[in-house]
Amino acid sequence: MVENRPLTAILTHFMLVLGVIAIALPIWITFVAATHDAARMTQVPLPLWPGTHLWDNLKQTLFGSGLSGTEGAPVWLMLFNSLAMAMMISLGKIAISLLSAFAIVYFRFPFRMTCFWMIFITLMLPVEVRILPTFEVVANLGMLNSYWGLSIPLIASATATFMFRQVFLTVPDEMLESARIDGAGPMRFFFDILLPLSRTNIAALFVILFIFGWNQYLWPLLITTDTSMTTIVMSIKQMLEAAEQSPQWNIIMTTALLAMIPPIFVVISMQKLFVQGLTETDK
Amino acid sequence: MLKRVHFPSSPLPYLLVAPQLAITLVFFIWPASQAMYQSFLIEDAFGLGSEFVWFENFEALWADQHYLDAFLRTAVFSLLVAALSMGVALLLAGFAQRVVRGAMFYRTLLIWPYAVAPVLAGALWVFMFNPTLGIFPYFLDFFGIDWNHYLNGNQAMALVILAAAWKQVAYNFLFYLAAMQSIPNSVIEAAAIDGAGPGRRFFSIILPLISPTTFFLLVINMVYAFFETFGIIHAVTQGGPGSSTTILVYKVFNDGFVGLDLGGSAAQSVVLMVLVIAMTIVQFRYVERKVEY
Repeated sequence: MVENRPLTAILTHFMLVLGVIAIALPIWITFVAATHDAARMTQVPLPLWPGTHLWDNLKQTLFGSGLSGTEGAPVWLMLFNSLAMAMMISLGKIAISLLSAFAIVYFRFPFRMTCFWMIFITLMLPVEVRILPTFEVVANLGMLNSYWGLSIPLIASATATFMFRQVFLTVPDEMLESARIDGAGPMRFFFDILLPLSRTNIAALFVILFIFGWNQYLWPLLITTDTSMTTIVMSIKQMLEAAEQSPQWNIIMTTALLAMIPPIFVVISMQKLFVQGLTETDK
Repeated sequence: MLKRVHFPSSPLPYLLVAPQLAITLVFFIWPASQAMYQSFLIEDAFGLGSEFVWFENFEALWADQHYLDAFLRTAVFSLLVAALSMGVALLLAGFAQRVVRGAMFYRTLLIWPYAVAPVLAGALWVFMFNPTLGIFPYFLDFFGIDWNHYLNGNQAMALVILAAAWKQVAYNFLFYLAAMQSIPNSVIEAAAIDGAGPGRRFFSIILPLISPTTFFLLVINMVYAFFETFGIIHAVTQGGPGSSTTILVYKVFNDGFVGLDLGGSAAQSVVLMVLVIAMTIVQFRYVERKVEY
């Protein structure tokens, strides 16, 4: 701070605390709803302070019948599906982007720029603008209701490729020269020098992509009809629909809590990598 | 682009780019070209045959009042989402960068809505504003406001905007805070010596200096509001009541998967594609350059 103004300092902290409360309020209300029993959640006004039923709700949501009246998959299976999808998307994106960035930066070959522009185009074609034809392709390939169908169509990535290209361009040329003098081939150079050098970038990107993968909604909604392939994020919408008949908000909000804990945990625990990943991929 | 020192030509680079290119071709370029082709076709009522009609689908779109309304609605929606979330983020970042110790603490507490999926954000807000049970309608009732977003289109729109903006504040806050922290301290100190108070410094020095970030965030937020808010709308209002929250992306989905109007939906997809391409070009051409101040 430039000068000492006690009043401004108090105002600053006051506004920030107000901001934090406003931002956290929806999550707090979700948490509170997950700690009360079904009967309490039908009485107006709804509680603003936690109750004692968190454990019961968790047990019922995770292993019990879940929401009565819906024939969905058990919630632990949905969590597993989400985890599998998020891991496949993030690791897949990282792997193929590393390889293509390596090819584009370290090799001269015909159609190199064509390849580069084709990858660039993917940036301009989000799932939302080509949902129907992409759905047809996946259906024709027989990938509906499978982990492959959930992840592979999403793993092409222009941003990740650009980021790794940027990272590789900062690696000194002497690295490659000395590696070649020592007799290393291209793949040896890639695995023993480039990969270790871009370790933090890979980790930062993983944090962002994990959240991206976990939070996918439209795509899983389209291509999974089998309840055993439901992801946790998708299930919330089905529960909201069921809530119009029998509001069991304690179970719905416990599920919502379970659905957001993994990505929030990733953001908070790896905050530094998260910020790095966010600023690097978008600039 | 290419390293000065590179490997000799061999088939290896083709193998390396093959997975990425294969996925791009099969799941991006082919479907996109299919969408373009389909946008020139009209299927008959039984889905048995189709006719090539050139731009008839597009002409039908421009003549369709519902579509034009959706277009306008999307523009209003995304501008309001961008304005609200950027405004709140700017305010919070402006205060947070004044805190010497604890700025990182506040950052930790402010960034995590980024991790919440749009459809979950929608679920949380729809729960808080549930007309019979929710906390907010209960309090709004004291002020004589009868909240029911299932019936009132404007309230539904307000709820969707709130949920969308809430989720995006975290992202904008991070970028604003980083931009403000990169302003050299000497500039701020010089202004303070000249007698500018915190408010004056914010408006005359900090705000102009971070205008490139503002522009960058505006583009990003527009793209977000256009495409990533599908989950929020699907969870909160499903485009209703009536069609008062049907934005373009939701309409493509609704006409294509629910209404099964393939040609019309494909034509809408093509219009959206043009919009994304325009936004991407703006982002790449102008964002890196300095905004005049």
